[in-house]
Amino acid sequence: MTRLFLALIGLFLAAPVAIIAGVSLNAQQSLVFPPNGVSLRWYAAIATQADWRNALLTSVSIAAFAAALAVAIALPIAYALWRRTTVVGRVVQLLGVSPFVLPPVITALGALAFWSTAGFYGSSFTVVVSHAIFFTSLPLVTLTLGFSSIDREIVEAARTMGADERAVRRTILAPMIRPYLVSGFAFAFVLSLNEYIIAYMTVGFTMETVPIKIFNALRYGYTPVMASISVLFVALAALVFGLVARFGDLPKLLGAWERR
Amino acid sequence: MTALVLDGVTKRYGATTAVDAVDLTIPDGTLVCLLGPSGCGKTTLMRMIAGLEAPSAGEVRMGSETITGIPVHKRGFGMVFQSLALFPHLSVGDNIAYPLRLRGESRGTIEARVRELLDLVQLPGVEGRAITQLSGGQRQRVAIARALAVAPRLFLLDEPLSALDAKLREAMQVELRLLQERLGITTIVVTHDQREAMTMADQVVVMRGGRVLQMDRPIEVYRRPATPFVADFLGQTNLIQARREDGGARLASGAFLPDLALPSETALLSIRPEDVILLPEGEGPIAAEVEFVRDMGSAVEIYLRAGEARIVAHREAGAAVAPTGGRVSLGIRPGAPSVFPAEAA
Amino acid sequence: MSAAPSRPSGGQAALVFPGLMLGAFFVVPFGLMIAVSFFQRVQGGFYEPVLTGANYARFLSLFFGEILLFSLGLSALVALVCLLVGAPFTYLLTRLSRRAQVPWLVALLAILSLSEVIIGFSWSTLLSRTAGVSNLLVALGLMASPAAFTPSFAAVLLGMTYQALPYCVLVLYPSFSRLDPSLGEAAQTLGASPARAFLTVILPALRGALAATFVVVFVFALGSYLLPQLLGRPQHWTLSVLITDQAIYQSNMPFAAAMAVFLVLASLLLVSLAALFGAKRAGGAA
Repeated sequence: MTRLFLALIGLFLAAPVAIIAGVSLNAQQSLVFPPNGVSLRWYAAIATQADWRNALLTSVSIAAFAAALAVAIALPIAYALWRRTTVVGRVVQLLGVSPFVLPPVITALGALAFWSTAGFYGSSFTVVVSHAIFFTSLPLVTLTLGFSSIDREIVEAARTMGADERAVRRTILAPMIRPYLVSGFAFAFVLSLNEYIIAYMTVGFTMETVPIKIFNALRYGYTPVMASISVLFVALAALVFGLVARFGDLPKLLGAWERR
Repeated sequence: MTALVLDGVTKRYGATTAVDAVDLTIPDGTLVCLLGPSGCGKTTLMRMIAGLEAPSAGEVRMGSETITGIPVHKRGFGMVFQSLALFPHLSVGDNIAYPLRLRGESRGTIEARVRELLDLVQLPGVEGRAITQLSGGQRQRVAIARALAVAPRLFLLDEPLSALDAKLREAMQVELRLLQERLGITTIVVTHDQREAMTMADQVVVMRGGRVLQMDRPIEVYRRPATPFVADFLGQTNLIQARREDGGARLASGAFLPDLALPSETALLSIRPEDVILLPEGEGPIAAEVEFVRDMGSAVEIYLRAGEARIVAHREAGAAVAPTGGRVSLGIRPGAPSVFPAEAA
Repeated sequence: MSAAPSRPSGGQAALVFPGLMLGAFFVVPFGLMIAVSFFQRVQGGFYEPVLTGANYARFLSLFFGEILLFSLGLSALVALVCLLVGAPFTYLLTRLSRRAQVPWLVALLAILSLSEVIIGFSWSTLLSRTAGVSNLLVALGLMASPAAFTPSFAAVLLGMTYQALPYCVLVLYPSFSRLDPSLGEAAQTLGASPARAFLTVILPALRGALAATFVVVFVFALGSYLLPQLLGRPQHWTLSVLITDQAIYQSNMPFAAAMAVFLVLASLLLVSLAALFGAKRAGGAA
């Protein structure tokens, strides 16, 4: 009974991915299932077709910069709140979390209004900044969790042994926070990679990210590369979160109690 | 000698006073226990000695040197925390080496010292292990080794054994005491466990409400408690109200004890269980009924009722005792009760 | 005094950079959006700062009232379905060993992070005539000829549920995994079947978290901006779709902004409702 229920959920979650995986193997330029012949040519096409390759590179670089900036915004907030909970700290934390809680069109429309008014509409850095703001809450959650796992007595112990504030940051905080920093970066990176609406409203008319390109292909002509690159994105997300799970405690990161 | 001296040390948080003008002198090479119930200020006092908190008033001196203003990381004390505070991201060896590395010691010196310290706490060869691979007792030893790594002038332990189970805790108390004697290092232990204090301390400092009630050798504190609270907190005791009468004292239960002079009209007596003498019915001044007998094997505890008062008496192992419900008489060993004037209660 | 463990200002200087970033690139754009909602549209441009209430007036019509109502109803339905499936699923998931939970969590996170474009594309493929499940049913002899199930309301509902279910499970996950396992066991020693124990003990114990999750998933579904467009007919468009459409294709930013303000108000109202339920859902929102 339990197994059947879990299997049904598993099937529901896997079905769309399985279909596009099947479609992506078509030997001909068509989106049919079951596939007409089996070929990996549409996976090769991601690398060989310049427009898809560029879209992928664009997406990856935007995601890398945006995730790094999101971490750079989140880290000081989590650190300051860990040091001392102040009203100002709480307000900044709330601002960091809000964009992600509100519907994404809000951030997208705000970005569109802001960047066009500021005269930077279409510049590539705008999507990096807006993504970073939108995804700040992800590293903020993981880092806050990370800091809360550092008992104050740990820091005090280091101080009694001769560590000044800089030494505490270097020898205690940095190594203990690193796994949470990496997973926060990973979450922001993967979500930025997949984000469509904010990217579209900031640089939609000047650059093509992968989601924008897939959307355009949906409207102006199907190609099996849509399927192969979608499968690649699923695999990439699974790989990244798998690595987070491999080198960290995923259940704990998602809110389960510490393993005893 | 370089005694640790506290001079009017006070800590206030807003309107509450956690530590209230404490004066203490801790002689070089001794082990002193700060003993008291939770919230009595003992941990705050230790944190001020360590430099983790700044006193609101008063001074801390090592010998003639005032250290009140010296930041914690420059004091060079060793401290064991209640949670042990071992660094989870470092191996056992790296934990112990931590203070040595901060001092810029050479690699060879550090390795030799870590080995030496692990031998000292009887955990040889575990340098490479992760903290999570150790048992509670082993972690305890690593924390002690780490705190001793730089041969501190003062060794501070904040409820160091509270995480251990009862048996291990008692064994570690003895071991810690022997280690301290061997090293001759001035040591302060915060504890709420009176047995721990009795086991380890040269001097016990009993605290309550941010004040020091008494400081003395443990057995002196036990035999001559300064207040009824101290009598009750350190070991078991019977606290009984008494009134002055001609030639003796009248207990609340109505019994009359001759030859007990009270300093005031009414007083509180503290009588240790081992000072209560059980006699056949009618042969002693206090009539009582046996309510419950706890035979621990190593000793017998007898719980009695005398009028309104409940009294506990101890007898040696194997002593014959009246059965539950049996009527007996009680006597008090002459000179044994501690007498407190009523206003001290 | 220099021995103090941390200066009164300890670490607060660190807030300057994040404060400036969030102020400049979230608060200012957000404020600007609200301002723009009161401005006049410029044909072929973005807006001009002339105050007008026309954008709101236009929104307060029967047509947009219907869209708002449809958006709210659809989101509520999605949240309800997610909760009905997600609550028992999360319960079973958290009863698994931690090792067995990890692949599920990885899969849920991977789907949650999946682009709405990709979800829309894969579901439209799955429900299409040429590549969809109907081909499988035909092959099994259950259908005479392949058929398309999209565009349709059911397709929109299915796609949005697929998108929101991982979110729902991950929001429920902390409360379920922190639940004392002896609670269900106690109920069973008292004679309740596992299913009965779940319904009579586990769910009531977590009703605060369930109510809060409903609202949070509701808001999440409200944010879906592509699926109704990709899987449904125009009458299935939601507020989020319409905002995108107005901002991009109709180039009417003031009107889009007015609708966005409405969407924010609706979301905030719902979120404060969730806060009212007082459920502790620390972490897990990732």
